[in-house]
Amino acid sequence: MRIGVALREVQRSEAGLAVELRRMADEYQDEVEIHHVAQDLARWSDEHVHELAAAAARHGEDSETLAGPGRAGPGSPPDAGGLLAAGSDPGLALLADLRRLYLAAAGVSVDWELLGQGAQAVKDAELLELSGRCHPRTLRQMNWANAMLKVLSPQVWAR
Amino acid sequence: MAFKDRIAHPWGSRTPYGPGQEWPARVDGHLAEGVAPQDVDRWVQSATILHSNGDALDIAVKDDRVVGVRGRAVDRVNRGRLGPKDLFGWQAHQSADRLTRPLVRRDGALVETDWDTAMDVVVRRSRELLDEQGPSALAFYTSGQLFLEEYYTLAAIGHGAIGTNHMDGNTRLCTATAAAALKESFGCDGQPGSYSDIDHADVIALYGHNMAETQTVLWSRVLDRLAGSDPPRLLCVDCRPTPVAREATLHLAPLPGTNLALMNALLHEIIRRDLVDHDYVQAHTVGYQDLVERVADHTPEVAERICGVPAGRIREAAELLGGARRLLSTVLQGFYQSHQATAAAVQVNNVHLVRGMLGRPGAGVLQMNGQPTAQNTRECGADGDLTGFRNWSNDEHVAELAKVWNLDTLQIPHYGPPTHAMQIMRYAETGSVRLLWVSATNPAVSLPDLHRIRALLARQGLFLVVQDIFATETTELADVVLPAATWGEKTGTFTNTDRTVHLSERAVDPPGEARADLDIFLDYARRMDFRDRDGAPFPQWHDAESAFEAWKRASAGRPCDYTGLTYAGLRGGSGVQWPCTAERPGGTERLYTDGRFWAAPQECESYGRDLVTGAPVEPVEYAAMNPFGRAIIRAAEYLPPHEEPDGQYPFALVTGRTLYHFHTRTKTGRVPQLSRAAPEVWVEIAESDAREAGIGEGDLVEVASPRGAVRARARISGIRPGVLFVPFHYGYWDARGQDRDRAANEMTVTDWDPVSKQPLFKTSAARLRLLRPADGRSAPAPTTTASRPVADGVPATTGGPEGLCQEDVGGGAR
Repeated sequence: MRIGVALREVQRSEAGLAVELRRMADEYQDEVEIHHVAQDLARWSDEHVHELAAAAARHGEDSETLAGPGRAGPGSPPDAGGLLAAGSDPGLALLADLRRLYLAAAGVSVDWELLGQGAQAVKDAELLELSGRCHPRTLRQMNWANAMLKVLSPQVWAR
Repeated sequence: MAFKDRIAHPWGSRTPYGPGQEWPARVDGHLAEGVAPQDVDRWVQSATILHSNGDALDIAVKDDRVVGVRGRAVDRVNRGRLGPKDLFGWQAHQSADRLTRPLVRRDGALVETDWDTAMDVVVRRSRELLDEQGPSALAFYTSGQLFLEEYYTLAAIGHGAIGTNHMDGNTRLCTATAAAALKESFGCDGQPGSYSDIDHADVIALYGHNMAETQTVLWSRVLDRLAGSDPPRLLCVDCRPTPVAREATLHLAPLPGTNLALMNALLHEIIRRDLVDHDYVQAHTVGYQDLVERVADHTPEVAERICGVPAGRIREAAELLGGARRLLSTVLQGFYQSHQATAAAVQVNNVHLVRGMLGRPGAGVLQMNGQPTAQNTRECGADGDLTGFRNWSNDEHVAELAKVWNLDTLQIPHYGPPTHAMQIMRYAETGSVRLLWVSATNPAVSLPDLHRIRALLARQGLFLVVQDIFATETTELADVVLPAATWGEKTGTFTNTDRTVHLSERAVDPPGEARADLDIFLDYARRMDFRDRDGAPFPQWHDAESAFEAWKRASAGRPCDYTGLTYAGLRGGSGVQWPCTAERPGGTERLYTDGRFWAAPQECESYGRDLVTGAPVEPVEYAAMNPFGRAIIRAAEYLPPHEEPDGQYPFALVTGRTLYHFHTRTKTGRVPQLSRAAPEVWVEIAESDAREAGIGEGDLVEVASPRGAVRARARISGIRPGVLFVPFHYGYWDARGQDRDRAANEMTVTDWDPVSKQPLFKTSAARLRLLRPADGRSAPAPTTTASRPVADGVPATTGGPEGLCQEDVGGGAR
């Protein structure tokens, strides 16, 4: 069944999100809240990838074709937008990275949505439960990026 | 009249009483040497200013000088009792080294000047920055020690007249999590319980709250219940052997940073054994099912592995909580300054919600405050809240406040939560905050990672204004220093942890040219020529009482409603608990007696935050979750602390307070009795750790974290093995040439709770090494408190003749 494609897709994007969160945690050691919370949230993505691997195995997916957290890249980063991408201003750079993170999390959210729909279609209760459990945490990752953008951007724009 | 050494006996004599009885009065007092009660010219009404308990007292004045204090027997809070800091602390205000003239920096040095010159410098810089960058260049960092009228005025100037979002108090370090936990659970700040719940409770649970040292008079109340008939049973959660732990029926000492894991296991047990008040949960809460699912797998065995507390003890604790008929819980820094602070404090609220233990005598929660007037910082909106517990993300609340102030709504920033202290410091560090006005606090000692804080405060391009009563480590870095009046030298009101409002009257004149903080703020506003929408000077008030009357209008209809209070009404009698209105002229003892909360979407102060990410909940989401304004049960998963002990730094470092000092000792360090009781910094080490490291009582050791080190003498105590404790009070103003190796915050990590934004002072990693053997001296740590030595032979902490205070216990005491 083609549900394997949906599984692969969410696992790939989730692994990419973990990489992106860790990259930001490393990059923004002095923005302490970003540094710490990004690390905490990366663990969620790791757990999801782990659980997805188990689900994939149950569906007979070849785990070799699935991206593990160790070797997944963030893929092609979503467009950070012209304004934000430019220049070396650290404030703008942070906003651009948070924007990218938000969009990456939104991508993962869509993938969970698709997997959930697929699970319903093939009447796979286990997969449906997995999606129902993990998807809310993806939304919380997304909300966090959005909230940090809302809090930090006014001071950047006002200068 | 009897005399007692109140340094040696901080809690005084016992006046035992039984459940439901009135706490007997005991009047404590202390007068300067050679002054007898009949010599006193007048007694002036006030309350205590060196902790959050709000004990009522009268100030003795002779020849226009303060000569002592006496507790007010009529008051509901203390029934005449005072703690050691209050009995002796007033002497500090008369120190010869008070700031008496404004200072400005000229060619690198601070030089004395007059008020016109100093204020002109501040006003000129403010105007330049407003022109160049706008309000985002200006920030205010205030205190937990000013008066209500001063915070309200500061909030009106900062959030209203200037329109900056950058305003916080040092209450961020002590009380932010209390406020956040109340908002998460009940939709709004406001202490549900009352001190009088101690009179009725059959179980009292203290979570990370060393009440014996932080609120000595409240602890006397507990001790008096313990000494009376049918005493309550105590649960203590603390990694130190505090006086509370010694009195407790059950003492749990979780590893630092693991409070949430412990709380989740307690809730697991309460739910598993069905000790739940399902009717209450059904009628008055939302979110119960989430909690059930969250803690389903979180057994005491799971918690044992994380917290290092035996599963059997966790079960016993759950049994104690679950079997209580009248459960009172109190929470303080052991939770608030630790990892996952708000999430853990919220679980204490959840214990009460699932057990239906709210709003009746003995059944209450006290999410404590650290500082005397912290409650007012929150109410008035000078600390990262919006005035009157208004909701910054509710446009109607903002519009209402603009109407009260008669300003344009757009003038009040509400695009996000008011900027918290650590973020303000970050903006100062990166250069977008360019004027920082610090009032009545000392960040150069009290904030974490001091090397960093000193560097950013000293940064070129940051214009630093500091308003205080003494030269401090922070005034040293200032561009302008403004000399302020203090307690007893100005009039105003302040509110304690259980919502009791007291009036504090001016007893004497401030020294030299020092001015009340209120007058300084209003002077700034007039010189800046702030105007309201009708062109009238803003703020529209001009002194303490007119500020109070203005505040009443801002508080009207909100949970902290002061409209029934007046200065005249507060004179003479007892303090009054808000809300106090025409309908409730005597005030309100307990909130939520009918199981109704300030949590309806249109009323609440906050829609809450995600307990892990800290992201604010969106209005629509909140309304969908809680359309009827019930209490909210919010669950959270345990996450490991961000800095854990490892091979290089094998200890968990916890910083905190001692009974005899307040904050950075600017006052208590100048009081002979208090200073002698705890003269120098020390480090507490467990017996087994000390043995392994070859360290004995009184040895000089170095404690170091990845950020800095402190040199201190070792106190071998009953602290949990693997944990070191260093008091945070000691800075450098009286260090006499000592290097930067005395302040605990040289070592602490920059990290904060994502929900309350309270910095974490209780989860750093550290290492220890012996520098020099004791040469017969013991550690300069009190023997009366949590720092009690395990070994015999350490001289007991006493006050000697100078420690003697009057104690009138009337009948019934022993």
